Amino acid sequence: MTTSNYATERETTEGRVFTVTGGDWDTVVSGTDPINDERIVVNMGPQHPSTHGVLRLILELEGETVREARSVVGYLHTGIEKNLEYRNWVQGSTFVTRMDYLAPLFNETAYSLAVEKLLGITDEVTERATTIRVLMMELNRISSHLVWLATTGMELGAISIMLYGFREREYILDIFEMITGLRMNHAYVRPGGVAQDVPDAAIVKIREFLIMMPKKLKEYEDLLSGQPIWIERTKNVAVLDVTGCVALGVTGPVLRSAGLAWDLRKTMPYCGYETYEFDVPTHPDGDVWGRYQVRLAEIRESLKLVEQALDRLKPGPVMVADRKIAWPAQLAIGVDGMGNSLEHVAKIMGQSMESLIHHFKLVTEGFRVPPGQVYVGIESPRGELGVHAVSDGGTRPYRVHYREPSFVNLQALPAMAEGGLIADVIAGGASLDPVMGGCDR
Amino acid sequence: MPVPVTPAGATSGAPAEYPPASPAGRGMFGAQGTGDVSGYGGLVRPRRPVEEAARPYGGYFDEVRDALEEAYPAFGDAIEKVVVDRGELTLHVRPERIAEVCQVMRDDLALHFELCSSVSGVDYLGADERRLHVVYQLTSMTYRRRVRLEAAVSAEQPHLPSVTAVYPTADWQEREAYDMFGIVFDGHPNLTRILMPDDWEGHPQRKDYPLGGVPVEYKGAEIPPPDRRRSYQ
Repeated sequence: MTTSNYATERETTEGRVFTVTGGDWDTVVSGTDPINDERIVVNMGPQHPSTHGVLRLILELEGETVREARSVVGYLHTGIEKNLEYRNWVQGSTFVTRMDYLAPLFNETAYSLAVEKLLGITDEVTERATTIRVLMMELNRISSHLVWLATTGMELGAISIMLYGFREREYILDIFEMITGLRMNHAYVRPGGVAQDVPDAAIVKIREFLIMMPKKLKEYEDLLSGQPIWIERTKNVAVLDVTGCVALGVTGPVLRSAGLAWDLRKTMPYCGYETYEFDVPTHPDGDVWGRYQVRLAEIRESLKLVEQALDRLKPGPVMVADRKIAWPAQLAIGVDGMGNSLEHVAKIMGQSMESLIHHFKLVTEGFRVPPGQVYVGIESPRGELGVHAVSDGGTRPYRVHYREPSFVNLQALPAMAEGGLIADVIAGGASLDPVMGGCDR
Repeated sequence: MPVPVTPAGATSGAPAEYPPASPAGRGMFGAQGTGDVSGYGGLVRPRRPVEEAARPYGGYFDEVRDALEEAYPAFGDAIEKVVVDRGELTLHVRPERIAEVCQVMRDDLALHFELCSSVSGVDYLGADERRLHVVYQLTSMTYRRRVRLEAAVSAEQPHLPSVTAVYPTADWQEREAYDMFGIVFDGHPNLTRILMPDDWEGHPQRKDYPLGGVPVEYKGAEIPPPDRRRSYQ
C-alpha cells in the first residue's frame, strides 16, 4: 500500500476513507494572477459570418476587452501568381481577375498597364480603350463600395442595408454582363486595350443607373446616418491616424478617412485620370464613421467620373493597332459568353489561310515581351493595388507579384482592435474592407 | 533509320525544369535537337543584360541618387548598380545594407520615402549566382516619387536584414517572401509562413518548385497538367 502525500486514509466499515487536511491553498491562490488568469483566447473564424471572409482572428480577451489580436490569413491561397508563370501573357488576365473578386476590373487593368509598360506600348493604347477602362473601373468601384456597405451593415446588425446594397450592386453587375458577358471574373481588360467594344444598350443602362443611384445613396444615408445604433457602433471606433496608416502601409479609403488625401488617381495619375474632374473625399476622424462617410462620398465622385467617361466615348478602336499584340478576332458575346465572333470564325476557317495561321500563332504562342521589370500602382477600392511584373523575354510572365491592398491593410487590424471591445473588432475589421480572395491570392 | 527523339518541350518546357535564362526566346515548343523541322528551332533572340545606367538618368532619378549619396556615406559600398529602365529607377543594394539604406531613404528630408508599397521576391534561377532577389517598391508621398530597391541573395545563404523596424508594413510582406522563396529576413519579429500551411515543405514560388497538377480527361483525350503541356519558351 502506498501512502498519499495529500490525504491520510483509514479503513472503516463503509470502506476506505480519505481525510484531506492542511492543504496549502493559500500558496496556490496567491500564485494566481487575477488579471491574466481571467484572460481567455477566442478563435474567431475562419468560417465566421462577421469576419468578412475566411479570415481567422485569434483574440486574447479580458472580459469583453481585447488585449491581443492576431489575424491569420492564407485560407484562400490559390497560387495565382505561380500559375501565371505557366500561361501566356494574355491568359494572365483570366487569372488575375479572380484575385480580388469584388474588384476584378482593377486587377485586370493593373495587370494590363504593367504588361503594356513592359511592351512599351502605353502611349499606343487607344483613347476609347482607356476611357472604357476608366468607365468600367469607376462602376466597379461603386459596386465594391456597395458590397462594403452591405456586408458591414449586416455585420453590425443592419440587415436592410445589406439587401439594398446587394440590390444596387446587382444592377451594376447586369451592366457588366451586357458589356463583358460575365457578372464577375470578366477578363475584359486585356494587354493592349479591352476585349470588345461597349454595346449601345449598355450605355443606355449606365445612363439610367446614373439617374437612379443618387436617390439610392440618399436612401442609404436616411437609413444609417441618423441611426443611433449605427452612430454608436461606428463613431470613435477602431481609430487609426495618418502616422499609423502610413507606417502600416494602409492606403485607400482608410488612409483618406484619417485625413490624408492620398489617391493615386490624383497623385500619380494613370489612364488619363488627371484630365477628369473629381474630388478626393477625406474625413478628419480616422474612425469607422469616417470610413463610411468617405466611401459614400467616393461613390458620388465615381458617378461623376462615369458620367464624364460616357461623354468622352468617341467611336474608335478599342485595341492597339499592332496585330502581333492585339487578339486578331473581334470578340463577341454569344449565348455561352464571350468568344470569337462568327465573322472571324468564317474568315479564318473559310477564306484566309494566313488569318488562320496568325490566329493560331497568337492564341497558342502569344506575344513575346521584352525582358525587364516594372511596377504599376493603381487606386483600387481598397487602396494601392500594385503589380510588379518581370519578363525574361518569353511568351509567359516570369514573375507577377500583386501588392494587394487587402493583404497589406489587414496588418492594421491589431492596431485598431487591441484595447477595444470585442464587438469593435468586427466594426474595425469590416471598415478595412478586406477581400480574402485578394489578400491570399 | 533515324532514332526518334522525343522533343524536350513535348514533356516539359516549364520554367520549373528549364531555367528561362537559356531557352527563353529560343525555338518553338521548347524543342531541342531534331524535334523541330520548321526552321524556328534555330531562332535565338538576344537577351539584353541588365545594364548600369549612365548619368544623367533624367527626371527625378538624379536628385534621388544625389540625395542618397549625400545622406548616406557608405553609398559606394552599399549600392551595387543603378538601373534605369522603362522610366523606373532601380537601386541594386548589397543585401546586408538594405535596412540601413531603407532607413536613410525614409528619414532624409530630401528623399522622404515614407511608404514601402511592396516587398516581393523573384527567383532568377540559372541567370544569377545570387538567384533570390528581394524587390522593395518605395513611395515618397511628399515628392510623389517611386524607387525600387533590389537585393540579391543566394539560395545557400538566403539571409538579409529585415526592414520591419523601418517600415512596419513590411512585416507580412517579408513573411510572404519567406514563405514563397525561403528568403530569411534577420531581425523580423515573427518570420513564419503566412499563405501556405505551417507544416508545408518547400517554397512554392521558387523556379525549381514544380507547379504540380493532375492530368484531366476531356472528351476522351487526356490533357496533361499545365507544367507538362507542350509550350513555347
